[in-house]
Amino acid sequence: MLVKLSINGETHEANVEPRLLLVHLIREVLRLTGTHIGCDTTHCGACTILMDGRPVKSCTIFAVQAQGKQLMTVEGLEQDGKLHPLQAGFMAEHGLQCGYCTPGMLMTSYAFLKKHPKPSEDEIRWAISGNLCRCTGYVNIVKAVQHAAAAIAG
Amino acid sequence: MIPAAFEYHAPSTIGEATALLAKLGEDAKVLSGGQSLIPLMKLRLASPAHLVDINGISGLSGIREGDGFLRIGALTRESELEESELVRSRYPLLHDTSKVIADPLVRNLATVGGNLAHGDPANDHPATMLALGAEVVAVGPKGERRIPIASFFTGPFETSLKPDEILVEIRVPTPPARSGGAYLKLERKVGDFATAAVAAQLTLGANGACEHVGIGLTNVGLTPIKATKAEAALKGKAPDEAAIKRAAELAAEASEPSADLRGSVEYKKDIVRVLTARALRKAVERAGARR
Repeated sequence: MLVKLSINGETHEANVEPRLLLVHLIREVLRLTGTHIGCDTTHCGACTILMDGRPVKSCTIFAVQAQGKQLMTVEGLEQDGKLHPLQAGFMAEHGLQCGYCTPGMLMTSYAFLKKHPKPSEDEIRWAISGNLCRCTGYVNIVKAVQHAAAAIAG
Repeated sequence: MIPAAFEYHAPSTIGEATALLAKLGEDAKVLSGGQSLIPLMKLRLASPAHLVDINGISGLSGIREGDGFLRIGALTRESELEESELVRSRYPLLHDTSKVIADPLVRNLATVGGNLAHGDPANDHPATMLALGAEVVAVGPKGERRIPIASFFTGPFETSLKPDEILVEIRVPTPPARSGGAYLKLERKVGDFATAAVAAQLTLGANGACEHVGIGLTNVGLTPIKATKAEAALKGKAPDEAAIKRAAELAAEASEPSADLRGSVEYKKDIVRVLTARALRKAVERAGARR
């Protein structure tokens, strides 16, 4: 089946089997490998991308379902060689150790900060509760999101 | 994990969808939010030969009040329910439930209709809809029918929907004044199924007695359970501590959990007892009763 979609503002077309998962289309067909596959069972959120602005788990969507949708992956955060404030925040606050969960954390936080520009710690923890990190204990991830919120607010 | 191959159909009307289902029969599954079905397909616990994706059918989502009901389109995402001011202010039991289903990312795709039609006794909406006395609207090639939720769940992962029918709407009766409800779920972590969970909904009369009581139980049996004896014990009585305690004991007796990683039978029954009492107290508080 032919599927046509937009990723990070760029239109892509691919001929896919209906059973191809969206995350495999993104990583293996379109070679955007920033999006990770972690648990592959809808738990960990390493594969989180934005679909029409909402963070979703791309391991639990068929590529054909993304027909005509606007997607955003972690590669879309950096603009003109400049890191997004969230990326800068994760760097400044050591919001990662192994980095496996980071693309998902970033995409979830990106959508979250759009809706909640001045979040409390509890709200951040609620927002990332579908993204698992096995290194940091979440403390520095929360700080990184706060860092970004402050930077965006100026 | 790669699901077995299937043929994908994306009808744009309900008529097309039900005609497809009628033609394909048991080989077809309806794809709604996909947050239960796709994991099952990846594990090859389900391998339907055809998927009928209903996401392209317009008019199947949205939340509104009308005809004495809160009408929830089957394709309404859990996150829409969670963010709805109408649900938050007028249907606290439903709002409670929407906040504890899976995790925020899953809720961006998971649908209310799918949560019910999947027939999983571990899902959260079934108990809530049992407590609220909801009904579901199903459409098939021969037209529309309304199914009371109490007769909807017929077995584990089985509902009274026919293979060529699609659940299109959930209707929750608009509760009268002095009504309140609450959903309490014990889960090991965000995203896990309930160890046990309890939905309670009640309406208080002018004399302070319970005019209507609904109690539903999650993941403590082969189907979602309506705790009818507990409801009957409270109906017509003032919801004082003794009455709540008695109803909670009867709810625990109505539960039929099995032992698993989440706990023993005795533990889960006791959780049902404790959560029922807490949910009822919260429902009474929300109904605005003087204690």
